Amino acid sequence: MTVLRPELEPAVPPPESSALALPRRHYLNAGYSVRSWLLTLDHKRIGLLYLLSITFFFVIGGLAASIVRLDLMTPQGDLVQTETYNKLFTAHGVIMVFFFLVPSIPAVLGNFLVPLMIGARDLAFPRLNLLSWYVYMLGGAFTLYALAAGGVDTGWTFYAPYSSTYSNTYVMATAIGIFITGFSSILTGLNFIVTIHKMRAPGLVWYRLPLFIWSMYATSIIMVLGTPVLAIAIFLVGMERMLGVGIFDPRLGGDPILFQHLFWFYSHPAVYIMILPSMGVVSEIVPCFCRKRIFGYGFIAFSSVAIAAFSFLVWGHHLFVSGQSVYAGLVFSLLSYSVAIPSAIKVFNWTATLHKGSISFDTPMLYAMGFIGLFTMGGLTGLYVAALAVDVQLHDTYFVVAHFHYIMVGGAVMGYLGGIHFWWPKMTGRLYPEGWARLSAILIFFGFNLTFFPQYILGYLGMPRRYHIYPAEFQVLNVMSSAGASILAVGYFFPLTYLVWSLFYGRVAPSNPWRATGLEWQATSPPAVENFAETPVVTQEAYDYPAFDAMDAMAAKGLPG
Amino acid sequence: MVNDGFRLFPEQATAHAAQVDALYLFLTLVSTFFTVLIAGLIVYFAIKYRRGNRKVDRTLSHGHGMAMEISWIVIPGLICLIIFGWSASLYFSAFRAPAGAISIQVVAKQWMWKFQHPNGGREINTLHVPMGQAVELTMISEDVIHSLFVPAFRVKHDVLPGSYSRLWFNANKTGEFHLFCTEYCGTDHSRMIGKVVVMQPAEYEAWLSGGKVNESPAVAGKRLFEELRCATCHTPGQGQPVLTCPPLTNVYGHEVQLTTGSKVMADEDYLRESILRPRAKVVAGFQPLMPTYEGQVDEEQLMQLLVYIKSLSTNPSAQ
Ligand code: HEC
Ligand code: HEM
Ligand SMILES: [Cu+2]
Ligand SMILES: [Cu+2]
Repeated sequence: MTVLRPELEPAVPPPESSALALPRRHYLNAGYSVRSWLLTLDHKRIGLLYLLSITFFFVIGGLAASIVRLDLMTPQGDLVQTETYNKLFTAHGVIMVFFFLVPSIPAVLGNFLVPLMIGARDLAFPRLNLLSWYVYMLGGAFTLYALAAGGVDTGWTFYAPYSSTYSNTYVMATAIGIFITGFSSILTGLNFIVTIHKMRAPGLVWYRLPLFIWSMYATSIIMVLGTPVLAIAIFLVGMERMLGVGIFDPRLGGDPILFQHLFWFYSHPAVYIMILPSMGVVSEIVPCFCRKRIFGYGFIAFSSVAIAAFSFLVWGHHLFVSGQSVYAGLVFSLLSYSVAIPSAIKVFNWTATLHKGSISFDTPMLYAMGFIGLFTMGGLTGLYVAALAVDVQLHDTYFVVAHFHYIMVGGAVMGYLGGIHFWWPKMTGRLYPEGWARLSAILIFFGFNLTFFPQYILGYLGMPRRYHIYPAEFQVLNVMSSAGASILAVGYFFPLTYLVWSLFYGRVAPSNPWRATGLEWQATSPPAVENFAETPVVTQEAYDYPAFDAMDAMAAKGLPG
Repeated sequence: MVNDGFRLFPEQATAHAAQVDALYLFLTLVSTFFTVLIAGLIVYFAIKYRRGNRKVDRTLSHGHGMAMEISWIVIPGLICLIIFGWSASLYFSAFRAPAGAISIQVVAKQWMWKFQHPNGGREINTLHVPMGQAVELTMISEDVIHSLFVPAFRVKHDVLPGSYSRLWFNANKTGEFHLFCTEYCGTDHSRMIGKVVVMQPAEYEAWLSGGKVNESPAVAGKRLFEELRCATCHTPGQGQPVLTCPPLTNVYGHEVQLTTGSKVMADEDYLRESILRPRAKVVAGFQPLMPTYEGQVDEEQLMQLLVYIKSLSTNPSAQ
């Protein structure tokens, strides 16, 4: 898809990249004042604002999880009190889902990359984009206030009537926080949809779009259609809690199952808001480090759209034992398997891309390979929980916890980290230390498996989730899990430090360190404020690595010594 | 004591558990196969086609793409259908309790389980049941949603406020088994645990008669029916003429015609609503004269009234 202009840039990265200098003008040095950041309309700067904010929330959510895991080392739960324990897992869930994972790739990488990848100067609505960050921060402030004031203990699922009438913790402040943050997702989704429709560079027809853009597009559709339903569910909880309007509590004439329908109507699709973007990232990384066209471009692209569509039809699989009718259970079980197929398509296509590639194992590729393995395991365990009779045993046990962590942490977060490493040189103009980065990718992979694999076993044994104290026979597996969590914590700590380090001391990155196709690599690293000096024209499909490498080779021959 | 040694696979204490485990093992087989396939291919390709390996043939053959895509849509699709069919039929066949099951009433509240046996025997957090007999629990919550889970039986069902849920099992092994609340219900959720004690039927009988003698739920229900003056309206010959109030014999398990013209099946939730909010559904041909009992009877009394009203019904299918 790229227009190759080997004459404009060094075709082969010079052996001494220290000889490179940063471009004289780029979006990072366009202004240093606080104002130039807080009022910026540049999608790249807004992406970085999001990067900082979600990293902050990730650290808080991670601390909460660490205390939870530490406490679970012993069956008696003697580290913190039960009230505190319940508030900690709630804080962890709320923060990780709504303030880290949902915004992660779309708001950071998506904001940064969507315009660059389609050859545009910015998103369609830059002001709306800045607004979305402020809305996100306002929601975050409410939630942090709720935490500081004393916390919430309902779980991230806010099941009524516990949340609406019984819990006497800071439910409303948190709910308002989530309600507000939802609008930032909606704004981001809207902005991406319009941008992708209207602002593609000349020649960039849909079939030439990078798969990351396809996945952002599918994600945006879910954000725009699903988030309002979450807002409604939260609003109704508020009505019942503050005004006593009977909606969910049977004592007031309400129906508690209604809440679960509303909640999962958003939250099942929301799990795809979290995973689809990572699938997009992996689809960029794999062909680049295999120097090959991606296998089954059309299948991967349309499976994203299929996932977005089907994801709205399966929410009832969270209600198999809640008293929903047997027939509804049957239908939702069958439909759940229909989302498994497009997910499987992607896994097979990525794997097939490796075949006859020329594979190198740079950090982004390690993350991508980790992603494929862990997502496969998460997806396959989805088959267990979608199987009615088996889910009766697994529902609300640690098995479900393991299942969604394999997907959301093993999958989504691995993809996010892979993407951050892949585009770090583009975002900052610096290279990170490769050795450290590989080490932490490997640590994360092993730490993750040690943390969450034992939880599958615990779940089938019957250990319920959200248990502060548990029968002693479950201790061995819990200790394994906690041990894994400490390795995982170290694995996450490394990137936090060496990425910051690289900002100051990292080697200067060339504009295309990975020799990747894709318009974003034609911009300088870091890109200029206006992204491209002149609007690029696209004449080729995405991922034509063989042609790209042939050009590189020719250019290398042509250049003197 | 609950058997609490370290283990990797849960105990099986019902025939249903063995059936669920068979499906679980099949799923594990399928998952292991695909995990090993994918991970194996990734590792194999990664080694064979590593950048440094210049000797390997990398020329692509063309034309198999579509066949491969179709095969990895169709094969996993078929496997999914097998899993669906198997699990759905297991779930469906195990859904309804067999006729003649022992009926035990369960009331859940933050943070305890209250059980009442057919003869009136009550217990808290421990449930004694006989081996080899189907036991059906009729469950309701006084406050938030709870969920009753007995891992060794592979059964679980949410216990909702405001409507009845059922769950049944037939234990085939004596012993003590964990009982957990699995729906997060507030502070002491993890302490809302107990055990199921499965006994030989004879022992169970002895245990039942050995406890404090209680009124059976049906007797208590009849007494309440009198005390709450339901009888003045609903029993022929007492007080009002029969015409203004429907008799309650043979209501449960039958269809009831409402003033709105629609029909409802008189199940437990319908009877419960008729007592707590009589105006919500008014029986055709009658005036909405019945007073509401909301706030005057608690969940346990309601259950007893229902057991009594059900005992007035002779419909055999309405067990
Ligand atoms: C003042 C008279 C009166 C009293 C006292 C009364 N009911 Fe009723 N009940 C009625 C009338 C009239 C109806 C029919 C109209 C309706 O559906 O509300 C009725 C309907 C019912 C029904 C629905 C019957 C059907 O055929 O579907 C049930 C069940 C019931 N009552 C149970 C009770 C119970 C239990 C009590 C005591 C706790 C009670 N009633 C006390 C007058 C009474
Ligand atoms: C491959 C197809 C998948 C299937 C068939 C599937 C199926 C299911 C089912 C049936 C449940 C409910 C289990 C229960 O509560 O008893 C569940 C829970 C869950 N799944 Fe999946 N899933 C799949 C993929 C995903 C993906 C991609 C994600 C996230 C990115 C995800 C995240 C979750 C979460 C967060 C929960 C639990 C929510 C909670 O109760 O807190 N799943 N899944
Ligand atoms: Cu779901
Ligand atoms: Cu509970």
